[in-house]
Amino acid sequence: MHIVYAILDNPATKWAVLAMVMVMPLASLLTWAERRQSAMMQDRLGPNRARIPWPVVGRTRLWGILHFIADAIKMIAKEDFVPGSVHRGLFVLAPILALAPVLVAFAIIPFGPTIYPHSFTSVLDTYHLAAGSPETAAAFTDSIRLQVFQVEFGLIFYFAILTLANYGGTIAGWASYNKWALLGGLRSSSQMMSYEVSMGLSLIAMFLIWGTLEPGAMVQLQGSEPWKWGIVAWPFVPIGLISFVLFFTAAIAETKRAPFDLPEGEPEIIGYFVEYSGLRWGMFFLAEFIEIVFIAAVITTVFFGGYQLPFLDADGFRFGGEWVLVNGQQVHLGGAFAPLPHGIVTALQIGAFGAKVILLCWFQLMIRWTLPRMRVDQLMNLGWKILLPSSLGLIMIAALAKLISFL
Amino acid sequence: MGAHATDHDDSETDGPKVLSVSPRNPRVRTIQIHRPAPQDASFLAATAKGLGVTLRHFFKNVLRGKDHNYIETVEYPEKKVDYPERFRGLHRLMHRDDGAVRCVACMCCPTVCPAHCITIVPAQTDDKGIEKFPAVFEIDELRCVVCGLCVEACPCDAIRMDTGEHAKPVEERHDAVMTKDALLELGARSTAVQGGEGAAWRERK
Repeated sequence: MHIVYAILDNPATKWAVLAMVMVMPLASLLTWAERRQSAMMQDRLGPNRARIPWPVVGRTRLWGILHFIADAIKMIAKEDFVPGSVHRGLFVLAPILALAPVLVAFAIIPFGPTIYPHSFTSVLDTYHLAAGSPETAAAFTDSIRLQVFQVEFGLIFYFAILTLANYGGTIAGWASYNKWALLGGLRSSSQMMSYEVSMGLSLIAMFLIWGTLEPGAMVQLQGSEPWKWGIVAWPFVPIGLISFVLFFTAAIAETKRAPFDLPEGEPEIIGYFVEYSGLRWGMFFLAEFIEIVFIAAVITTVFFGGYQLPFLDADGFRFGGEWVLVNGQQVHLGGAFAPLPHGIVTALQIGAFGAKVILLCWFQLMIRWTLPRMRVDQLMNLGWKILLPSSLGLIMIAALAKLISFL
Repeated sequence: MGAHATDHDDSETDGPKVLSVSPRNPRVRTIQIHRPAPQDASFLAATAKGLGVTLRHFFKNVLRGKDHNYIETVEYPEKKVDYPERFRGLHRLMHRDDGAVRCVACMCCPTVCPAHCITIVPAQTDDKGIEKFPAVFEIDELRCVVCGLCVEACPCDAIRMDTGEHAKPVEERHDAVMTKDALLELGARSTAVQGGEGAAWRERK
């Protein structure tokens, strides 16, 4: 059994499960959700006709969700056309460069609590888990941490990896041997550069408040009480909210979607992937949607308590109670307590993470279909003149607040 | 200075507000620029307002039933919008009481047709009162411009466009030509007065 748990705890297994079970299906579904949701916002019906015609029984229609399968088949079946004058090597490399970093970046996101398989059916003894007493140690010998990489530099890894994703667009524009694609690639790189700065800086206030860069630790610090989640971050009240607005704006710009879709501008200004077709274009498209999921996951982790469900601790629902320092770890004890088996708690918390991510994806689509595209000068003004100074100011306020809280 | 004054007037109608004009060169002016206030420049208020509108539409369209939402889309092949009563559709040829074609091959409709889409080959009948009938009556629906002049021109209510159907898609061009049989199939007995005898003609017979 130990070997099974060790395999399950292996980063490769966890990454494969995360990417194949959670991220890719959600990103594919978003291709349908975006069209259907925009239709609903604009008083249309949207794609609702893809269906499986069964021989006798009738048909399965599912509000058109099956459109994403039809789209995938279409893209795979399409001709993979490569224009004559392109730089072949870079042309082939660019979509991979756009897609790979966003898939790798998921490694730092904690998508669930640590699972202790031996106490799966019983209530988790959080006190003895923290105390580490030898008589109860057998229950906690094996553990599966639902986070692929737990590294000290946490979210810095995300900033570093997502910088690589810029090269995808820029190289695609250059390799296409097309003036308009090149201009789109240049717009892409200038926008990414500008907004990466304020994206990083807007989160530093939260790093200061939590005192850590590691997303897993951040989620544990936020705990099960909603007023301690990053968006409120009691007692540092408006800092979390402002940081959320700044980061969310910069993050939408990073996904290259409206109102910041200048790099692509499919209908009018022609973007960097104008020469791409079929599955290569599909990879750019998928990268964009995976980035939406990823942004939602980061915001969930930093601002909305990650996998935490309100008032659900590792051992069950608890209202009130007190935090006790056991062996250097904060343990929540006492209060009105309704115990739940560890398995059910785990399922609830993974479900909570998924629900929060889906809700934030939905909200990003709402924004995308609400706002019109900005001009380039407005984009740069917003990035450099509003977001950047605000982020810097917020860092100072957060540092001051943190200093006062220590006094 | 007169010419300069008109210059000045033009700039005031569309453009920034002019505060003062240089006496030496009237093209040098002090103008007032409206920069957005910080709360407008951040787009936050406008974004919230816009989100309010889209959220209202989204939730009403998703949560409310078919009759209470804003959606106007008609799911076409299953549901069809009723055409207006006077919609000009495919042609049809009306029948006499004995089922024969009502047309007397007077050639009014091919004459008036601006698209020359009606072909009539007249032939003699035994009926002395009628004299002629169309041996061939064909309408090329691809050429027809649906103007309805043929219906207007017809003196004996033989051709009508009130089928309520529009031209069907065809794979070959000649499939779009409607023959006399096809036109008669869509037709019906006309209730119009026949032979110029007045409304009581049917009862007397």
